[in-house]
Amino acid sequence: MLDNATLYRSLYRIRRFEETVLAEFTSGHFSGTTHTCLGQEANAVGVLSGLHAEDIVVSNHRSHGHFLAYGGDMHALFAELMGKPAGVCGGRGGSQHLHWRNFYSNGVLGGTLPLAVGMALAEKHLATQAIVVVFLGDGTLGEGVLYESLNMASLWNAPILYVLENNRLAQTTPIELNLAGSIEDRFESFGIPVRELDTSDVVEIAAASNQSLDEVRTRVSPETLILNTHRFGPHSKGDDPRPSEEISRLRQTRDPVSIQGIRLADEHRSQIDAEVEAEVRGAFQAALSDPFPPQNFPD
Amino acid sequence: MSTVLELLNTALRQAMTIDDRVVLLGEDILDPYGGAFKVTRGLSTAFPERVYTTPVSEAGMVGVASGMALRGLRPVVEIMFGDFLSLAADQLVNHAAKFRWMYNDQLCVPLVIRTPMGGRRGYGPTHSQSLEKHFLGLPGLRVLAPTLFGDPGALLASAILEDDDPVLFVEHKLLYPLTVHNETTLNEFSLSTTNNSAKNSPSAYTTLSPPLSLFPYPSYTLSLRDAPRPVLTMVAYGFMAELCHQAQLHLAYDHEVFTELVIPTQLSPFCLDPVCTSAEQTKRALVIEEGTITLGWGAEVLARLSESIGQNLHAVRRLAALDLPIPASIQLEEMILPGIDQIITMARSMV
Repeated sequence: MLDNATLYRSLYRIRRFEETVLAEFTSGHFSGTTHTCLGQEANAVGVLSGLHAEDIVVSNHRSHGHFLAYGGDMHALFAELMGKPAGVCGGRGGSQHLHWRNFYSNGVLGGTLPLAVGMALAEKHLATQAIVVVFLGDGTLGEGVLYESLNMASLWNAPILYVLENNRLAQTTPIELNLAGSIEDRFESFGIPVRELDTSDVVEIAAASNQSLDEVRTRVSPETLILNTHRFGPHSKGDDPRPSEEISRLRQTRDPVSIQGIRLADEHRSQIDAEVEAEVRGAFQAALSDPFPPQNFPD
Repeated sequence: MSTVLELLNTALRQAMTIDDRVVLLGEDILDPYGGAFKVTRGLSTAFPERVYTTPVSEAGMVGVASGMALRGLRPVVEIMFGDFLSLAADQLVNHAAKFRWMYNDQLCVPLVIRTPMGGRRGYGPTHSQSLEKHFLGLPGLRVLAPTLFGDPGALLASAILEDDDPVLFVEHKLLYPLTVHNETTLNEFSLSTTNNSAKNSPSAYTTLSPPLSLFPYPSYTLSLRDAPRPVLTMVAYGFMAELCHQAQLHLAYDHEVFTELVIPTQLSPFCLDPVCTSAEQTKRALVIEEGTITLGWGAEVLARLSESIGQNLHAVRRLAALDLPIPASIQLEEMILPGIDQIITMARSMV
C-alpha cells in the first residue's frame, strides 16, 4: 500500500490537472471536447495503486485520471489535449484516445470491453502473468456488447478486473431513468464475483481493489469492483443540469482530496499542494510552448 | 487441382503451423462440424489450444480478436455469413481500423476477419448480401477478395502472416467448391499479374502518413491470346470475375467483341493503375459487382478513372445488383443479381 502522502499527491495532481483543463478551455488553449473526473479521482488512484508493471489498463472517455494514476506524463497529456506532436499520441487521439505503454483508452462506450477480454486472453495464452483492469461507467451498462464480453470473459476465464465507476449519471440522464434491475446481478449472473464500495476514501478503495486484483491473479478469472462515486463536474464542459446545491453537498461530504488531505499534517499538505501546483503549471506552460503540427499537406 | 475451399483450409493450417501466434475464433468452427462452410475443418483437432468456438456474439468476438492482436497474437475471425458483419461494424470502424493511426503508429492490429459473402444460393435477404461496400474506404481497414485467378490460399496466408493491419477477407460463397484456374484452363488467355509495389513510399508528411501500406496485394489482367486488340476493359472481383471471364469467351466467339478483364484482389484501399493501363488502350470501362449499384465500389472505381483519364474515355458503365433486398426465390434473385447475359448485353452496348 502506498503511503498517505503519495496517495494524496496523486489525487491532487489529477484534481488540479482536470481543473486546469476546464479553466483553460474557455481561454481557447484546448479545442474539441473533454470529460473530467473531478470527484472520482480516488477510483483511479486507489485501483491502480495495486497494478503490476506488466498489467494492462483499458480506459474510456473519462480517462485523464486513469492515465495520470497509471503513471502517464502530465505534460504529454496537456499537449495531447492541445493537439500537438508532443502529445501522448501526437495530437491524433486527443482526450479520449490515449495509448502509452500498457494503457489504452477509446471514446465509444462499451467497445473497449471485448478488447479487454482479448487482451487478457492473449496475456494468458502468452503466459505473461499480466492482468487487465478495465474501467467502465454506469452509462455503459446500456451497451449490449458489454454482456457479450462478460459472457466470454467468464466462459474463458479471462484475468480481468472490471471497475465500474457508478456516478449514477449517464451524461445528464440519472440512473433511475435508464437502468432496470440490479448492477451486481448483471455481473453475478455471468458467474463473475462482485465487490462493492460506496466511498470516496482512496485508502478504502485501494484496500478493496488490492483484494480483487489478488483474486484475479490467483484465480485467473474475472472479477468486478463496483465503486459508487460522485462526479463534481459536468459530463464534458457545460452540460450539467444538476442544482448547484447538490454539487456543493457532494463536495462537502464526498471529496476524495479532502478525505485524504486530513490524514496529513497541514504543513505537509501545503507543501505537496505547492509542489503539485508548480508541476501542473509547469506542464501546462511547457505544452503551450510546444509547436503545433506542421501544416504541410500532401499534393 | 484444388478448390478454393481446400486452398483456404490449407492456408489456415499452414499459417497456424508456421506461426503459433495465429489463433482462430468463430461460431461453430470446432470439428467435426468445422464451420458452416467447412473452411476451418480439421483445425481444432490439429490445434485445440488455438481454436476458440465462440458464442453467437459477432461484435464481441471481433473485439476479443482485436484485443488479442493488440497484445501480440495474430487472430483470424470467421464471421459465419458476411451479412452479420453489421453486428461487428463498431468494432471495425471505431476500434480495429482506428487504433494504429489514432495511437500515432505506436502499435498495430494484425487481425484478419474472414467471411463468406454473396448470393445465388437462395438464402434470402439476410444471408445472401454483398455488404463489403460498407467497409470500403474506411481508413485503416484493408479489404481483400480472392478469386479463381491467382492463389486464394496464398492471399489469405499473406494477410494472416505478413499484414500488420486489419484485413477484411471477403470470400464469395460460390467460389468454395470451384477449382482455381491454371495454365490449362486459361490456355486461350494471357494472364498478367501486377504485383503492386509492396509498400508505398515513405510519406514526407509524417503527421498525415497513411494508416496502412497501400497496395501490397496483386491484381490480374486477363485477355484472349492472339486476339485482336481489346476494345473494352471490364473490372470485377470475387465470383463476378469468374462470370466476367466466362462472358469474355462468349463476347469473343459469339460477338467478336474482345475485352480485357482486370481483377483486383485488394478492393480497399484501391490501386487504380492496372485499370488505367488497360482503359487507356480500350477507351471503355465496365465495372461489374454483385453488391447493390448505388454508391458502390464500381462508382468509386469509375469516378477515379474519370478523374485520371476521363478525357480519353468513350464510355463507362456500371453493372451491379438492383437496389433491392435479395429475395429468397431463386428466380427473383436471378433478376436482381447481375449474370453473364447482362454482362454480355452491356458490354456489347458499349462498343
